[in-house]
Amino acid sequence: MKAIGRWLEACDAAGKPHPVRNMANIRALIVDDSSVMRKIVERSLRQAGVELDKVVEAGNGAEALAALGKEPVDLILCDINMPVMDGLEFVKQLATVENAKGVPVVMITTEGSENHVVQALSAGAKGYIRKPFTPEQVKEHVLPVVGRK
Amino acid sequence: MSTDTSLLMRSHQENWLPVLELSIEEVFEIMIGQRVKPAPKTEELPPGGFTAMVGIAGALCGILTIACSKKTAREIAKCMLGPEIGDSEDQVSDALGEVCNMIAGNFKNKLSTASQSCMLSVPTVITGEEYSYRSLADGEVLDTVMLFGEAPLAVCLQLHS
Repeated sequence: MKAIGRWLEACDAAGKPHPVRNMANIRALIVDDSSVMRKIVERSLRQAGVELDKVVEAGNGAEALAALGKEPVDLILCDINMPVMDGLEFVKQLATVENAKGVPVVMITTEGSENHVVQALSAGAKGYIRKPFTPEQVKEHVLPVVGRK
Repeated sequence: MSTDTSLLMRSHQENWLPVLELSIEEVFEIMIGQRVKPAPKTEELPPGGFTAMVGIAGALCGILTIACSKKTAREIAKCMLGPEIGDSEDQVSDALGEVCNMIAGNFKNKLSTASQSCMLSVPTVITGEEYSYRSLADGEVLDTVMLFGEAPLAVCLQLHS
């Protein structure tokens, strides 16, 4: 994601150290209405080198908010097109959840338009991956943000 | 939501079938780890099985469907999830619905104008031995049969004028 790349470059330019990137014992929340896709995202995270301590699954944004109310996570991967509450609305509402403050969100979606990317990043997402995606793309977009809080 | 007539004109003037076939090939290669290729026109689909569909609304309106036999759908799901899927028909439906969703998304993302102004529906999957379905879309029809190994997959995009 160019925006993240620019952000990292800005950190470098300002002489600021990158926040600690701890990829071990990560608790991830995967939000997608497809259980198959949730499994594929989990597998891709592991292939990307993220050591998952726990994976919490949710089928839509409302379920994800409820899950976050029960336990904190370190990373959220979220689809956009979902019933009940879509991914963009979920990201907007995250700001109101105490457990979720500062938790990086990466969107993983078939919606590939600039409009969706801008909306997601404006709402607070830190990354954007278009389906179909390779484990390398997950690595490229997730590793820069995982462990930042 | 009105249909963008310039996009419909483009669907007539440009040949979008290779774009659709490329979208299918990419989804299968990247997400399923299998290559598919266009089948000879004589390839016939076995009766019954699974049909997944995703609606497209916005500048381009229509429906994308992918149909295959039960055995093929199970094989696709197994490639996505591994052999542990067992006999779960829910997971097979879910897998084929997601494949259809990704093909629709990949196709519209390749049409830059459509990508900006189209939305996709949540997938629907029909299963059974004997069924038929009919779309009320009345515009251009792009259809192709792809071979997944030796098994045919029918993919059809019906556009609304």
